[in-house]
Amino acid sequence: MKPTLLETQDLCVNYGRVEAIHKVSIRIREGDIVTVIGPNGAGKTTLLSALMGLLPARGEVAYQGQPTLGKVSVDGLVGKGLVLVPEKRELFGSMSVADNLLLGAFARHRRGARDHARTMEEVFAIFPRLAERRAQEAGTLSGGERQMLAMGRALMAKPTLLMLDEPSLGLAPLIVKEIFRIVVQLKDMGVSVLLVEQNARAALQVADYGYVLENGSVALESDARTLLNDPRVIESYLGLGGSHSIAA
Amino acid sequence: MDFSVALLLAQDGVTNGAIYALLSLALVLVFAVTRVIFIPQGEFVAYGALSMAAINAGFLPPTMWLVVTLGIAVAVVESVAALREGATARLPMIVFRNAVLPILAVIAVRYLPLKSLAYPLQVAIALAFVVPLGPQIYRLAFQPVAEATVLLLLIVSVAVHFMLVGLGLYFFGAEGGRTPAFTDGGFTLGPTYVQFQTLWIVGIAALLIAGLALFFERSIYGKALRATAINRTGARLMGISADLAGKLCFTLAALVGAFSGILIAPITTIYYDTGFLIGLKGFVGAIIGGLASYPLAAAGAILVGLLESYSSFYASAYKEVIVFTLIIPVLLWQSLAKHHVDDEDEH
Repeated sequence: MKPTLLETQDLCVNYGRVEAIHKVSIRIREGDIVTVIGPNGAGKTTLLSALMGLLPARGEVAYQGQPTLGKVSVDGLVGKGLVLVPEKRELFGSMSVADNLLLGAFARHRRGARDHARTMEEVFAIFPRLAERRAQEAGTLSGGERQMLAMGRALMAKPTLLMLDEPSLGLAPLIVKEIFRIVVQLKDMGVSVLLVEQNARAALQVADYGYVLENGSVALESDARTLLNDPRVIESYLGLGGSHSIAA
Repeated sequence: MDFSVALLLAQDGVTNGAIYALLSLALVLVFAVTRVIFIPQGEFVAYGALSMAAINAGFLPPTMWLVVTLGIAVAVVESVAALREGATARLPMIVFRNAVLPILAVIAVRYLPLKSLAYPLQVAIALAFVVPLGPQIYRLAFQPVAEATVLLLLIVSVAVHFMLVGLGLYFFGAEGGRTPAFTDGGFTLGPTYVQFQTLWIVGIAALLIAGLALFFERSIYGKALRATAINRTGARLMGISADLAGKLCFTLAALVGAFSGILIAPITTIYYDTGFLIGLKGFVGAIIGGLASYPLAAAGAILVGLLESYSSFYASAYKEVIVFTLIIPVLLWQSLAKHHVDDEDEH
């Protein structure tokens, strides 16, 4: 069995008096794609923010065997290869594509790495479109290109575990297909992926393991293949034709 | 007013304007990155000028014990934070860098023949005991409340300003300070006489501005500061910590302020509380740039310098009034031209 890369135990996050996620325990093994699916407002983004140390949380989080909750800062986690691509992309709009990518390597730069040019070529090999647009301002990119840049920027940090928050959100079906193809490609390159998606069918098709998050708790967890055939998942998340979520 | 007087006033205006431009750039930088309106910017001008005057007269840098005291305080605060995270391995470096290094510097400077040192070395020593105050003040006063509202940060900023003015009186006394010109004399250019010091000021200010531009355009740290100003969350997710960005831009602001003070000390007498007015004029320039645009801020600051110079000729009693009144039409124009942006908005 592959070793565990990240694990949470009874993770809870409150917004004021409202509990956004409640006793969530998940595990990501090295080299896997793990997906967290669930409806809007189930706490998926909150979970990722808590893992990244952006929100105060209770419970336990261990990354590479070390407890991180309240102990390791965001930049510390990025330096250890835990990188989040947020739902809103959070690009540096008035800076060039190349500068956005370069800043993805900031945490590594601080730790002495100077191979940014080569890393950027590797990113361009995965996203050739970004190479064409390298001098363009990030704010002028199309939606699909923005997602590619957000992922490319995260890859500049040479992540061990890449966390993607709704990478397909608001994108045309063809681009969505391309993004999921790249997620699989990243796995083949040895990057573990935590994929948070509303597009449940596409996510489960590429994932090794899946969690269903409902009302802030894990309602169901299993192999991705098992979840794809689970009647409850089919009814709630995959729909009859299963296409409604892809269009979302 | 004949042409030669007009030229003389223009020369004066551009000289002061160059200094205001430097300060306005620092103010825009600090606000864009940390949302702090940096009122104490002017105090760094006064500290720089008066430290330079003291060293030039053969005295030890008056602020050296403040640097040591704040250094020890930073070391304590940082050590407590490191212990809480369980990072004991970082402790020796924290103590060395923040507390031991300043003490070593104080010991070293005691054995230097300050009065007979070359001018650039005196400048370096003055900077060495003023610039560290920037990051130290950020660490102690602003970093603990970095997530607070712009208003709260402004209040802290005002408090720091009063503290530094008070300490300035203690360190430098009520007497003003002045230093010899970098190069004495000047030359006649057409109908006007140009002092060499004027050329030094405008030249070095231009160089510093070019240096800042290069830093922001070329270096990864400069880009990281711009990125923080554009998108705080995005920068954080790339491992650009707000603490690092804040420390970096306060260092730059302190450097720019102290250097400005050293530049103008030969042409104006600086008192412990002179810095405030100078800083405020830089602030007017920064406001003209909407606290966001660097070129507009610099241009606005030059305009402030010229306006001040000409109004001191025509209506010297009202010169400050005229300069600060400039801010009213600018604010009116900005509030009409732009739609309102909530200052607590995250981006």
